[in-house]
Amino acid sequence: MKKTVIAIVTLAALTLSVVMASAQTIKVGAILAVTGGASFLGLPEERTLRMLVDEINAQGGIKGKKLELIVRDSGGSPERAVSFARQLIEEQRVFAIIGPSTSGETMRIKQIAEEGKTIMLSLAAAEAIVNPLARYVFKTPQNDRFAAQRIFMTMNDLGIKRIAVVSGNDGFGQAGRGQLEQIAPDYGLEIVANEVYDSRATDLSALVAKLRSHNQIEAVINWSVVPAQAILVRNMRQAGWEVPLFQSHGFGNIRYVEVAGAAAEGIIFPAGRLLIADVLEESHPQKEILVKYQNDYESKFNEPASTFGGHAYDALMILARAIEEVGADREKVRDAIENMRDFVGTGGIFNFSPTDHNGLDLNAFEMLTVKDGQFVKYDR
Amino acid sequence: MTAELFIQYLFAGVTYGIIYAIVAIGFNIIYNTTGIINFAQGEFVMLGGMIAITLNALLPLPLAIAGAVLLTMLVGAMVEMTFIRWLKSPSVLRMIIITIGVSILIREVALHIWGEGVRSLPYFVGNEISTVNILGARISPQVLWVIGVCSVIVIALSLFFRYTMQGQKMRACAANRTAATLCGINPKNMVTLSFMLSAGIGALAGCVMSPITYTEYDSGTGLAIKGFTVAILGGLGNSMAAVAAGLLLGLLEAFSVSIVPLAYQDVIALSILLLILFVRPHGLFGRKDAAGLKEF
Repeated sequence: MKKTVIAIVTLAALTLSVVMASAQTIKVGAILAVTGGASFLGLPEERTLRMLVDEINAQGGIKGKKLELIVRDSGGSPERAVSFARQLIEEQRVFAIIGPSTSGETMRIKQIAEEGKTIMLSLAAAEAIVNPLARYVFKTPQNDRFAAQRIFMTMNDLGIKRIAVVSGNDGFGQAGRGQLEQIAPDYGLEIVANEVYDSRATDLSALVAKLRSHNQIEAVINWSVVPAQAILVRNMRQAGWEVPLFQSHGFGNIRYVEVAGAAAEGIIFPAGRLLIADVLEESHPQKEILVKYQNDYESKFNEPASTFGGHAYDALMILARAIEEVGADREKVRDAIENMRDFVGTGGIFNFSPTDHNGLDLNAFEMLTVKDGQFVKYDR
Repeated sequence: MTAELFIQYLFAGVTYGIIYAIVAIGFNIIYNTTGIINFAQGEFVMLGGMIAITLNALLPLPLAIAGAVLLTMLVGAMVEMTFIRWLKSPSVLRMIIITIGVSILIREVALHIWGEGVRSLPYFVGNEISTVNILGARISPQVLWVIGVCSVIVIALSLFFRYTMQGQKMRACAANRTAATLCGINPKNMVTLSFMLSAGIGALAGCVMSPITYTEYDSGTGLAIKGFTVAILGGLGNSMAAVAAGLLLGLLEAFSVSIVPLAYQDVIALSILLLILFVRPHGLFGRKDAAGLKEF
């Protein structure tokens, strides 16, 4: 009996404190894949958001109002993302939602955010998130298509005509393969070999031997996010096959360079500029913000900053700037985001418009290569 | 198919095949003394690689590998003593379920210790891009290491079982547990020894293959499935048959690439497993009447 009373009093006190707190705070919900298979996305995203919110609140919040961050771990599951989205919108009545981390989850809750008239800044890459356009839905990562286009443009520069496409049999690989097949003709490229491998493959030497027997292939594109990225290049170089290898932006993780060792040299791939923040020219508009984010993150968490954490950084900063401009009114903030121009983020320079809720273009990607075990800007 | 391509596929197949065979032999050693399938066998391979990578930061490579093998053998012994040894007349099914639980446990602990990233040992000789030219095909020296070390393991094991006292005791337990007990052999100790032995060879294989295949906290699962397929294919309990079956599966997988996409490699292995289970449950090289006498 006594316990029940204590419980009720505690609960009441908690509710009261929540009500009181919400009067002066702006609640921001975040649905992130902090654990599970997509934790390489969700974990840096969560850390980045917590770091930024602490920083903003330490400076007195936005227009005198502190931010209250509510993180929900979806584990990458669309079902959980859906129930968290409902909970955040209907029970917590959050001002905006940041996330989810993956495209599958985002597509499932796009409609829920729309009906709840809640601003959602997704951290997933699929173009379908903002096309067709939804009034309240935005996203910060670059479109996959930009990556494919940048690769093809580089191939055109190098005079490459016939290529092989290899991809993992996971969602990322399949989407990328579709994209590449679709736009290759626009750049006058012919895909002469198209191979899919198991995303858990541990040896691709047989695949390399098969591709190599096609003697027309002038370059290979590999599209995956799995360790096979490093295995493929090693098997190619072991076989003494020296054609250029292009990888997707999924290669933007220095760990893959470490495991591929000497074989990684010369791989060409598109990525956000965060990976080359140190060596970016001083005059580049993104230089300052990239170096600041990288230093803050790495000194606090003692691990390399990733472009994924950068997407979360951009989402929260875009939201903060819009609130700064027009105050904590949801409709006005939505309009402010939609009309935001020249916002310098980690992913690129955002120019939103009523027809473009991503705000980035081809220039958000830079072509990089690996030199002496480091990412550097690609120069012919 | 050109001769060069043929040799390239051949080496890829032999490499996969011998790795599968080692995992299958690990299954067989434990099967022979206990009559069960130890589904944590793949985890021993993963542990061997992971521990060696960690030790290699402090010790030279050969010592790191030796340390990893010893530590994994210790883990094998601990698994047996904690989960199997104290069971009184356990049913086969119960022990199998226990090994599945142990495999999940080891995997989660590994995730906790090493995280979800890939790691690898350095190449024993040369680096990522050095190759040896064999009849026009280019083979990584590490492939030769894998084939060499695994062959040595196979030969050493067969000598061990044939000529040493401990090996003969283990065979006695496998042949007839009650009779072995009457001769003064302690079957419980033999079971512990079999866990240590299969953990040790698994770990050694895990170390030599790590530079080629990389090591991840869950890389044991796929290997265990392949190894199990090979053990069944050869006939459970027969280690030499496992080598033949392993090579057969490895070569099938490698050469299938020229016809079907690589993504179907696992489909081939699993189809073979199902087919064997339906048509020849005692394996390609096993005898039906002998299989009929076994509990499982």
